[in-house]
Amino acid sequence: MIGIINYGAGNTKSIMNALDRIEADYFISDLTKELEKADKLILPGVGHAKTAMNRLEEQGLTDFIRSWKKPLLGVCLGMQLLCEFTEEGNTRCLGIIEDRVKKFTDKEMKVPKMGWNITSPADNELMRNIKADDYFYFVHSYYLPTSEYSIAQANYGIEYTAAIQKDNFYGVQFHPEKSAKAGSQILQNFIAI
Amino acid sequence: MITKRIIPCLDIRDGRTVKGTNFKSIRDAGDPLDLAIKYEKEGADELVFLDITATERKAELLTELVAKLSKELSIPFTVGGGIHSVETAYNILQNGADKVAVNSAAVHTPALLTELAAAFGAQCIVLAIDAKFEEGEWWVFTHGGKKRTEKKLFEWAREGARLGAGEILFTSMDHDGTKNGFAIDALKQLNTELSIPIVASGGAGNASHFADVFQQAGVDAALAASIFHYGEVSIPNLKLNLKNQDINVRITE
Repeated sequence: MIGIINYGAGNTKSIMNALDRIEADYFISDLTKELEKADKLILPGVGHAKTAMNRLEEQGLTDFIRSWKKPLLGVCLGMQLLCEFTEEGNTRCLGIIEDRVKKFTDKEMKVPKMGWNITSPADNELMRNIKADDYFYFVHSYYLPTSEYSIAQANYGIEYTAAIQKDNFYGVQFHPEKSAKAGSQILQNFIAI
Repeated sequence: MITKRIIPCLDIRDGRTVKGTNFKSIRDAGDPLDLAIKYEKEGADELVFLDITATERKAELLTELVAKLSKELSIPFTVGGGIHSVETAYNILQNGADKVAVNSAAVHTPALLTELAAAFGAQCIVLAIDAKFEEGEWWVFTHGGKKRTEKKLFEWAREGARLGAGEILFTSMDHDGTKNGFAIDALKQLNTELSIPIVASGGAGNASHFADVFQQAGVDAALAASIFHYGEVSIPNLKLNLKNQDINVRITE
């Protein structure tokens, strides 16, 4: 059973609908005593990093997430929150992955990046059956540079992290809940981990 | 690199898809949910729903429709028409829409853009602008193209981006419904002056109009309604056509 962490993120409903479409079992909660019963967690995320971190703090969820031992998938801002720090509002994040999130600064590129992009997927269980010509929907102004934890990369003037894994923590910068078939495949892969 | 987006637009009245020409005479074009699902299957990159219902049940009907759409669609969609407050936008976004489009309300209360961006993030906020070329200037119109304002297109677009809009959806009222091609020059200027994505709207009649607007104006996305609703242009053929001209588009099976 998947637990969706409920902290007011903008894409929560869309993730629930996407899980319904692939007939996955899930529940949504803001309580650690409920969430700890889940086999896997999803940390959604659309909005401002500072607001999101404040909400997680207020709801007593930050330490709970840091000490989680089963698979967790951060989506979009949810992925960025797993990192050390983000330039968005100069916000200290969960610090699970020791990378820093930066703002797109290339003057040639529009910000926010908004649209469909291919990725170069690594051999990783989250990226199973994902081909290099599968498109995903991205909407973001901040990005995670590539690092040893990148399991897929995208290009927007620079190469950056489209998906990440460190131990039991997974994250995707794109929106699997809005990425048609390829997006459903990612969610199914996460369920199968 | 990200692909150029093809966006079918559905005008909604009382829960049905309708299509007018030059903002006037309106025809029925089917059930929005059925059409939306068909467009997703055909490879539409995104959908826009503009609600022109003018009854007391407007908000309720629209919220119901958004919830239904969000259950079925696995591509992003924008909802506009009568969004005039953070609260109305919240209802739409909370029910699963990805972006809200604001038009008249932002012209009257520009600070609304800042409030919306602060509440939901600029990436959720589309500034929709309807404009018409008169007396040597592009003038912004509101209320579905009925009312000319004091605002000029380029100034308003720049101001909107500064205030918090994450995308501009520009409809040329001179081109809308003509099927003679997009307002290339105005779109090119918008695309050059602004650093947020620009969606072209009004005038699409065939595949080469889309190629022109991407190649000549450089915009990020192009929107059309009737040519898709009545099957005059099919999305898979359009995308293959664009791909053959080396325009980067998302090809689906």
